Amino acid sequence: MSELNNLLQSATAAIAVAEDLTALDNLRVQYLGKKGEITLQLKNLGQLPPEQRREAGQEINKVKQVIQQTLETRKSVLNDAEINARLAAETVDVTLPGRRVNQGGLHPVTLTMNRIDHMFAKLGFDIAKGPEVEDDFHNFEALNIPEHHPARAMHDTFYFDAKTLLRTHTSPVQIRTLEKQAPPVRVIAPGRVYRCDSDLTHTPMFHQVEGLLVDENVSFADLKGTLHEFLKLFFEQEDLKTRFRPSYFPFTEPSMEVDISCVMCGGKGCRVCSHTGWLEILGCGMVHPEVFRHTGIDPEQYTAYAFGLGVERMAMLRYGVNDIRLFFENDLRFLQQFA
Amino acid sequence: MKISENWLREWVNPELTTEQLVSQLTMAGLEVDSVEAAAPALDKLVVAEVISCEQHPNADRLNLCQVNDGSGEPVQVVCGAPNVAAGQKVVFAQVGAELPGFKIKKAKLRGVESNGMICSEQELGMAESSDGILVLPSDAPVATPIGDYLQLDDSLIEIDLTPNRGDCLSVAGVAREVIANNVVDAHALVVNEVPATIDDRFDVELVNPEACPHYAGRVIRGIDATADTPLWMKEKLRRSGLRPISPVVDVTNYVMMELGQPMHGFDLNKLQGGIRVRNAEAGEKIGLLDGSEVECRDDTLVIADHQAGVAIAGIMGGMDSSVQAETTDILLEAAFFSPQHIAGKARSYGMHTDSSHRFERGVDPQLQVKAIHRATELLLQMVGGQAGPVFQQRADDYMPQPPQVELRHARIERLLGIEVSPEQVESILQKLDMQVEKQADSWLVTAPSWRFDINIEADLVEEIGRIIGYDNIPGTKESAHISMYGFSERHVPLSRLSEILVARGYHEAITYSFVSPEMQEVLQPGQETLTLANPISSDMSEMRTSLLPGLIQALKHNLNRQQSRIRLFETGLCFIPQDNELLQRPHVAGLVMGSVDTESWTGASQAVDFYDIKGDLESLMALANGGNFSFLPSANEILHPGQSADVLYQGQKVGFVGALHPSVLKKLDIDHKVYVFDVESACLQQAELAEFVELSKFPSIRRDLALIIDQDISAQQMIDTIFSIKSQIIQDVFVFDVYTGKEVIKNRKSVALGLILQDFSRTLTDKDVDQTVTEVLTTLEKQHNAVLR
Repeated sequence: MSELNNLLQSATAAIAVAEDLTALDNLRVQYLGKKGEITLQLKNLGQLPPEQRREAGQEINKVKQVIQQTLETRKSVLNDAEINARLAAETVDVTLPGRRVNQGGLHPVTLTMNRIDHMFAKLGFDIAKGPEVEDDFHNFEALNIPEHHPARAMHDTFYFDAKTLLRTHTSPVQIRTLEKQAPPVRVIAPGRVYRCDSDLTHTPMFHQVEGLLVDENVSFADLKGTLHEFLKLFFEQEDLKTRFRPSYFPFTEPSMEVDISCVMCGGKGCRVCSHTGWLEILGCGMVHPEVFRHTGIDPEQYTAYAFGLGVERMAMLRYGVNDIRLFFENDLRFLQQFA
Repeated sequence: MKISENWLREWVNPELTTEQLVSQLTMAGLEVDSVEAAAPALDKLVVAEVISCEQHPNADRLNLCQVNDGSGEPVQVVCGAPNVAAGQKVVFAQVGAELPGFKIKKAKLRGVESNGMICSEQELGMAESSDGILVLPSDAPVATPIGDYLQLDDSLIEIDLTPNRGDCLSVAGVAREVIANNVVDAHALVVNEVPATIDDRFDVELVNPEACPHYAGRVIRGIDATADTPLWMKEKLRRSGLRPISPVVDVTNYVMMELGQPMHGFDLNKLQGGIRVRNAEAGEKIGLLDGSEVECRDDTLVIADHQAGVAIAGIMGGMDSSVQAETTDILLEAAFFSPQHIAGKARSYGMHTDSSHRFERGVDPQLQVKAIHRATELLLQMVGGQAGPVFQQRADDYMPQPPQVELRHARIERLLGIEVSPEQVESILQKLDMQVEKQADSWLVTAPSWRFDINIEADLVEEIGRIIGYDNIPGTKESAHISMYGFSERHVPLSRLSEILVARGYHEAITYSFVSPEMQEVLQPGQETLTLANPISSDMSEMRTSLLPGLIQALKHNLNRQQSRIRLFETGLCFIPQDNELLQRPHVAGLVMGSVDTESWTGASQAVDFYDIKGDLESLMALANGGNFSFLPSANEILHPGQSADVLYQGQKVGFVGALHPSVLKKLDIDHKVYVFDVESACLQQAELAEFVELSKFPSIRRDLALIIDQDISAQQMIDTIFSIKSQIIQDVFVFDVYTGKEVIKNRKSVALGLILQDFSRTLTDKDVDQTVTEVLTTLEKQHNAVLR
């Protein structure tokens, strides 16, 4: 019997140290194969006295099962090890960048105009467009700025000839809209405008957004409420303060300029607001009856408000850009910051 | 306009700090740009008397002075000014005083001790330059701190006035605004009539009474034009941003600053006969005070004597008739020129003066005589002389009349959105010196003569709102007429095009709409352009007819900054002259250079080629209806002749795509291959509504054909030919390989086509398929000499 035990022990020991599946299979053949040692034992049963055969057979079978079991266990361990080894070999550096599709980006001026457009679209304002090469009538005359009006000196105008020019503001879109659309009117007009002026803080081309609302009962209080709400939401500053100052535009009466509490310092005073705590942000007012007259609208039936704001200025304040000229250099290092 | 706070407070002195006063002005519509101190802090600067003044023992140009500064002992000081003399009252900086830029210390100058400094106006920060020390009036009390003596504790308020408020271009005008905004006593200046002591007059003729309806004048004889302008006046002028020049000029400027009436003084003896206010003759030349000579147009009003023009009315006086040191007799002028006439005139001559600035905005037509009296009063004190009577010519028919404007009570609420009580309305209007006549539900209001900006009801509503303060009007939340938002599915918004390009790696550029003629000629040779009459510079003078010049400029900017992979696009208007009209047409354009992908550890990326940029453009077309577009080899001379295509929309050319021609790149000084497209964007924004087509229930079959065909037969031609068979079962044809090289003979190429065949009513049999493929092959052979490989 001790022979069988020895066999079991040597088999178990050998299986435990079998290093791979091939070695393990060799052991299976060695013990359990056709000519294997356990098989041999079984074949030799016949040599025993018949009364011992049954018991001895059971013993051998038990050993055989144990060895089979051990082989299986070891096989699964080796299988796992092999898979793990393969996985380990397949390990990648997960910190290396993935295969990217390189995205570009929209220009910050476009981002800002889109933002303004979307906010007013929610209030029912449609987008209106107008030509950039404008005539004197739409840019000045119909806006109550006759020839030689001192206000013309404030618009450094690019001319092609006496009557053709590059629009100096988006306000002519007010006229063009009212020429073809009867009240009520709610439009926003974003676009390029041009002034013959170029220095540290001016570029000869920039962008404005014009807003116009014509209806039967529009008042300054409506304008004030709307612009206050807009500016607060645009700058995402719940405690943003606005200040409406009397000003002058020939095409609105009354006219106001709007200041906001400085978005950089919260109104405490800093370099950006020249230590005043306020930033001039837009011009607005109630549409002048003369503008109505030029577009055939009855100022007794309708009132209207209009406003105009500089997009670059809004973008500069929102993103902290400190030089307006950067917007038109199209330096990729600049553009990528807004992608 | 710069104004001294002290001067303003002489007129009206509300109990407000400088900060409050300034804020009130801003909120009343007189926007204050800046406030600066009239002088830096001036400690240890006092009035002193020069007791003695001797030559410095070791220096010819220096003086050794003893001064009494009130400290008890005389103080020794070395002074280099040529005008110092014993007995003078001077500004003395004691040891320890700090002047702009330096500090006074004890010093030895050429071996002699100096314990302070006698100051000039320049050293005090009161003038740009000065010839010597500042000599004070002899009654200046010794030891008085100089800040007190000269009232230097003053703020200079810079007001940015809007063009409608010409009435505020004076101390009196700003004071009126302060009064309207406060409950306060005003010490409005009383202008005494200065009686005549001689009888001299001068003849005045108003030849163009419409442009000049009122001209007042006065003769003053026997003046001393060399007298000094008193320090207090010089200081007020300086603090108003005006340079003291000579007594007569200073007085006219002073009155302009004080009351708002621009004035002029002529040397009476240089005028011939009398004054004629007339239009210039075309080409008439006048030499002006600033030394320039102007050739006048005949639309320009001039002041002339009986010989020639002596001044451009309301703009600038002439040199020949100006008051000089030897002048003894003068003619003072105070006139009213109509704003309509003066507007734009100065600018048309490239000039802008304090006078033209006021006249084009409107000067109070009732002010002229008052201004003459005020100037006479000041002049007689300063330069002596005998004044004649004030004489005037007035054309009443042309004098501006403030209109009577009806203000309806209801209109105030309608425009401002708040209710204002009738009492408050009346009180505000009266504060503003308006004449108010009460009606049932309205008022008839007449503005004072100095307000040129009150012409319609809305102007009065603005005054009400302004004085109440817009900040005191609560804002209301918008109550929109909510209506459903309808939009067409057949319209692709521009933002969708931009988004696609962004997703494909493009950055949006915004470039100037005006470009350089050179760049324009390189990129669109021969194209007619619209040219600016007054460009900011010659390289920004032509309106773009393509978006490429701007994109190329942006490309160069980035190449100069070591960028090696560049993708840019822009959307915007191009300006194309066509048949005497101008087309303002929206385009979208793109530019690529460098590798397909950014450099990566995963392997080298290949350089972009024609098919990369074409693919980008096709992805835009896919938004619209791709089938409407086609590409044809292009003859565009700025593009590579073998790698460029015209883009057609429904057969019409709408743009191009391709590689820039090497010769163009050379002219642009670019060393890289650059691919571009520029297409009208309207066609890319016209989509078609999706239309459902029944799906086939039967299987589709794919057949691949490898064909040898002539090089110059395009893929599009082969596909068009296959579809021309009009087979019911050919659903799709596509190219999946193109090969030229060793195994294909010269001038031929191998093209692999995939055919997708399918029927809607039955499963295709081998026979059906073979029949169709044979037909395809036969047709391709017949038309294009194609053979199966």
